[in-house]
Amino acid sequence: MVKHFISLEWKSFFRSASFGKSLAIKIFMGFFASYLALIFASSGFLLMLYLERKQPETDPFLFFNGLIFFWFLGDLLIRFFFQKLPVMTVKPFLTLPVNRGQIVNYVLKKSMVSFVNFLPLLTIIPFGILLIVKGYTSASVVISWWVMLILLILINNFLNFIIESLSAERELSFLPIILLTSILYGLNYFDVIDLASLMSKAVTGISKNPYYLITPIAILGVLYGFNFNILIKKLYLDSGLRGKVKEVNAANLEWTKSFGDIAPFLQLDLKMIWRNKRTKSSVWILLMGLFYGLFFYPQPTYQDLPWFFMLIGVFSTGIFLISFGQFIPAWDSGYYKLLMSQNIKYEQYLKSKFTLMAFSVVVLFILGIPYVYFGWKVLIAHFVAAIYNIGVNTHVILYGGSFNRKKINLDQKAAFNYQGTGAVQWLIGIPLLLFPMGLFALLYFITNFEIACAILSLFGVIGIVFHQKLMKSITDKYTKSKYKMIDAFDQEN
Amino acid sequence: MITTLNLSKKYKNNEVLNIESLEIPKGQSFGLVGNNGAGKTTYFSLLLDLIQPTTGHIINNSIQVNEGEDWKPFTSAFIDESFLIGYLTPEEYFYFIGELRGQNKADIDTLVAQFEDFFHGEILGQKKYLRDLSKGNQKKVGIVAALIGNPEVIILDEPFANLDPTTQIRLKGIIKDLAEKQGVTILISSHDLMHVTDVCDRIVVLEKGRIVKDLVTSEATLKELEAHFAG
Repeated sequence: MVKHFISLEWKSFFRSASFGKSLAIKIFMGFFASYLALIFASSGFLLMLYLERKQPETDPFLFFNGLIFFWFLGDLLIRFFFQKLPVMTVKPFLTLPVNRGQIVNYVLKKSMVSFVNFLPLLTIIPFGILLIVKGYTSASVVISWWVMLILLILINNFLNFIIESLSAERELSFLPIILLTSILYGLNYFDVIDLASLMSKAVTGISKNPYYLITPIAILGVLYGFNFNILIKKLYLDSGLRGKVKEVNAANLEWTKSFGDIAPFLQLDLKMIWRNKRTKSSVWILLMGLFYGLFFYPQPTYQDLPWFFMLIGVFSTGIFLISFGQFIPAWDSGYYKLLMSQNIKYEQYLKSKFTLMAFSVVVLFILGIPYVYFGWKVLIAHFVAAIYNIGVNTHVILYGGSFNRKKINLDQKAAFNYQGTGAVQWLIGIPLLLFPMGLFALLYFITNFEIACAILSLFGVIGIVFHQKLMKSITDKYTKSKYKMIDAFDQEN
Repeated sequence: MITTLNLSKKYKNNEVLNIESLEIPKGQSFGLVGNNGAGKTTYFSLLLDLIQPTTGHIINNSIQVNEGEDWKPFTSAFIDESFLIGYLTPEEYFYFIGELRGQNKADIDTLVAQFEDFFHGEILGQKKYLRDLSKGNQKKVGIVAALIGNPEVIILDEPFANLDPTTQIRLKGIIKDLAEKQGVTILISSHDLMHVTDVCDRIVVLEKGRIVKDLVTSEATLKELEAHFAG
């Protein structure tokens, strides 16, 4: 039976419609995975090196165990957002003569061999070997330490699914996990209960007395059983396998009427963003973009690099423009045929998107005004970036959209979702981010900060002045690709 | 009203549609029948300018559909679920289509109120998104949305499929009423020979993209069609 399941899994991967089509994404994901693997693999060595150089008196084994608590919390948090139990794929098996228990066991066991679970091994195996080689601990202790940590990884694996299934039903489903981890962290941080050293002692103790491994095994068993019970109850079409139907509040959005003939599309866009998983969960990206500058500005190194302000400015005022704009018109791919057969003007449709993006730039600029704390130049650079975004980047991204040929399914989560991503999304980054930054840097070095600002604003103003003309040629481009888009959006990928 | 001339559609070397000439007069209820792959949906897609013809053209009320867009205001269609916007409630969807077709909310409310028994209390005021409705109910929404804005040409692909018997009967009433009393040209395709002979003045049979029969509906039509498809 398991053999069948595995062969189906294999086929679903290699026969999926998107396989082979999106090589760029695969390469990127490959790089990303190897990058992560490299980080994990080297951190074991680096930690050992660091301890030997800087703190020769600490026992690396105990030091590492002291960190386990924090790793445990971080791991749980990351898993919650990125790891999902693939239950939906079992639907076709329900009517076949396959034991429900078997299906559940398969789904659960499959989750154990995920990439996330292998990553920590890359750290602990070299570190453990170093411990033995350098004579800090005996081989037998390290082996039971490995077993202990693998059990801990699996405990986290199953704990995550339980937390997920308990909190999935609610609005703001990520609140419980954040509360849980921050309470645990807080208890430790404020010395209410020293969880970190408790955990460290437990891990050290168990490693030295392998008989105690029975405790984590028992915990794992209980968690597995708990998961099994939750899942087996869900394997019915009317419970877990059914999409949830929430009662909705029809929104009014009458205020959009003041935008005139683009109002219906503006309403539609706002509803789309708010009512779909994919768009809704990318709203938090806005926060990330807004606070992007805080990674750089507090550091004195960047304070002396005014040419760098432009990149941060373009990014933080244009984050919505980029994340929303790059998938125009694929956002509407699900009902593109309707739009194309309706009595609409392409121009109004595109203008609505333009208005939304331009508006977002203004709002994000205003929200970013506190950056003035890091100096007037930062604020001026952001202002210039906002003008450039409205005048140039909005048009660039709308133009780029006419090359979009990939459907987007709005019901799926945004994080690590590359559906709809094609070469366009990668290429568009060049004119969008790199060009203004490059130009600004060049002008800054040739002339000075003020002239560089003036020229970039000029670009923006020119774009705003020629808005009508630019929109006209963009509309023509869309009209020309109409049939190709309809055809492409019809394909599932 | 609708003139089709030398229309053909090829995918690579595979010809899926070839209609030398077809004339549909105003106010006719026109039925298109044929097995899977006969070219029904292809013809409707060409009529809506969703795909490009390989040769020939369609003229809808003196406008060639693949050249102008002025046929859009008086033509409406429901082909499949991709004509629905999943994240809107039925009311919002009707209002949206209404706005595109120059109707205000009150117009839409009056129109939709006429279809209360067609909806059977399962569509309006349900506080559900279209994506959460059953297939049959989605179809009802799509069909009614195609009636918004007093179109002169209505195109419905497989309108009877997925509907319950009560709704099928009501839908037949609606279609007959539109064609006879309001002079609307209605094009429908169907696999159900009985329904299509019930509502259509004229039935065209497509086979592998070609017209093989063109009948004016009479008592004998159903028998003739059944004999043809029993083959």
